[in-house]
Amino acid sequence: MLTFTLRRLLLALPTLLFISLIIFLLVDLAPGSPMSEIPLTVPPEVRKKMIEALGADQPVFVRYILWLRQFFWVEPANLIDGWFGLNLAGDEQRILSWQSRSPVFTVIGQRIPQTLTVIGTAYLLGIAIAMPIGIYSAYRQYSVFDQLGTLVAMIGFSVPTFFSGTLFIIVFAVWLHWFPTKYDTTLMVTDWPSFVLQIKQMAMPVMVLALANAAAISRYMRSSMLENMGQDYVRTARAKGMTERVVVLKHVLRNSLIPVVTVIALGIPSIFGGAIITENLFGVNGIGAALIGAIHANDLPMVQTLAFIFAVLIVVFNLIADVLYGLLDPRIRYE
Amino acid sequence: MSEQFTAIPKAQSQFGAVWRQFRVHRGAVFGLIVLGLLAGFVIFGPLFWPEVKLKVVEALKVKNQGPSLRFPFGTDQLGRDMMVRMMAAGKVSLAVGFVAMIIAIFVGTGIGILAGYFKRLDGPLMRLTDLFLSLPLIPLLLVMVMLFRDKIASILGPELGAFLLIVYAIGITSWMQAARIVRGEVLALKEREYVLAAKSIGVPARRVILRHILPNIISAVMVAATLGVAEAIITESVLSFLGLGFPPDFPTWGRLLFDGLQYIQLYPERVIWPGLAISLTVLSVNYIGDGLRDALDPRIRGR
Repeated sequence: MLTFTLRRLLLALPTLLFISLIIFLLVDLAPGSPMSEIPLTVPPEVRKKMIEALGADQPVFVRYILWLRQFFWVEPANLIDGWFGLNLAGDEQRILSWQSRSPVFTVIGQRIPQTLTVIGTAYLLGIAIAMPIGIYSAYRQYSVFDQLGTLVAMIGFSVPTFFSGTLFIIVFAVWLHWFPTKYDTTLMVTDWPSFVLQIKQMAMPVMVLALANAAAISRYMRSSMLENMGQDYVRTARAKGMTERVVVLKHVLRNSLIPVVTVIALGIPSIFGGAIITENLFGVNGIGAALIGAIHANDLPMVQTLAFIFAVLIVVFNLIADVLYGLLDPRIRYE
Repeated sequence: MSEQFTAIPKAQSQFGAVWRQFRVHRGAVFGLIVLGLLAGFVIFGPLFWPEVKLKVVEALKVKNQGPSLRFPFGTDQLGRDMMVRMMAAGKVSLAVGFVAMIIAIFVGTGIGILAGYFKRLDGPLMRLTDLFLSLPLIPLLLVMVMLFRDKIASILGPELGAFLLIVYAIGITSWMQAARIVRGEVLALKEREYVLAAKSIGVPARRVILRHILPNIISAVMVAATLGVAEAIITESVLSFLGLGFPPDFPTWGRLLFDGLQYIQLYPERVIWPGLAISLTVLSVNYIGDGLRDALDPRIRGR
């Protein structure tokens, strides 16, 4: 298992390097890059200095290596310095946002808690909704409940979150006035009323994301349960005189959870991607909103870094899913 | 008196068999009807409901109207008929879905066949597929549109430029599933006797692929293609929804929804129509894909 994990880790490195190269080149070689947008009124010698100061006169290859060095050495070193008060990084140049002139990672660090609160709650809630639905639909296959669950899941797949979100806004915010339309990031939870406010403003984005995720996960749960229901060990358990409750919730459920857990792990990066929409719709000031803001402001370092962080998330959670699968299922042997 | 005889059932065509199974799937039939209605609405609608050019003064008078006999879907903030706009937008949305799907299926099938048939290419091509699968698609698409939109628009014009850019961007980032499915199918088919027979009489690889393998993977490709249309329509509307898709005078349903968002408090119907259209299209396409998968699977079809 350990060798497998190590081997997968080693394989993940070239993947990440390749993705970073794609992201770097895409942004760097694009015609719309701001290097070409220095006004013509700027005198040539000043223009030259500006380009030099940004390091844009170096060959592409050198710039790529420098960017990688900033990303993988300078930024982590700064993080560790921040934690332990060391001075590993020295005064190396950090990745600076062109919008705010502050280090990109400081901005991201400020934004991530917002994303995690909303997205994390939504994902957990989605799983909590999906599990019982999936289990019961499989237990009563082709019942009215199962048919209804299939229909709702199909609708949940098909209605994009930006539409379900706008519907929620129209119904719950515009007509019923239950929840605010926009998420207030500056709200501090200090006492009971502010806590209630926080719950209220989180309700809509969390519900939208949770329902979208629950639709997918409940289907996986159902098919995985169905696969196990017909197995011999289930019949044995029943023959031993165990109650239905124990048979379903202990024997079948445990075995059915194995593939579902990996699906849940695999889904985590994609919900960060999907959260871009929800964050923009509800005005949650997280990393998805930061990405859109940076794109509209032509803030290339920010865009590169965020896109690469999304890629890292995907690669890491793929790895986690593979390792989890091997750990949970003793039949799987990666040798 | 009565003579008992067993009639040999009339041989039915492949298409007939598939169609019979397809009709059993209630969701798929529903999907086909809804998609047909929507397609009819956007393609033939403009023939019966031509755009009426209004003068600026007239347009100002009729702006922001609710549904009426003259404007069944109301008018927008510039006095444009929402019904006309919905038809025009739907045409673009569906076109984006289909063209992007065709590109994705073309690339995916090509890579899948090469990887499945030629052992030497399998490793590198599947690695490439894995790499593409770990790309963060939405952020990447957004960056591509942001960086290349103006340049391409200046060469091809804003409408064609936006269309081609988005269609190609979606196409080349969504071929991976098709490639994986096709590779799996080809790997299994390659070992079958009839392929062996073809090879043994010296049929070149190109002919084996075109004559013997391709016809047998069509069903898997068709299912992937159907689901690909839904995926592409959603992706395009996400881009438009984030303001990085089509220009406002060449709208898609996603763009109409984005434009309607500013007026959501006063005129929520302007968001609901395009959103409903997208959702219905995707829902029916997904159901059709479901039904096709059942109908094209000979193991299920017999029952």
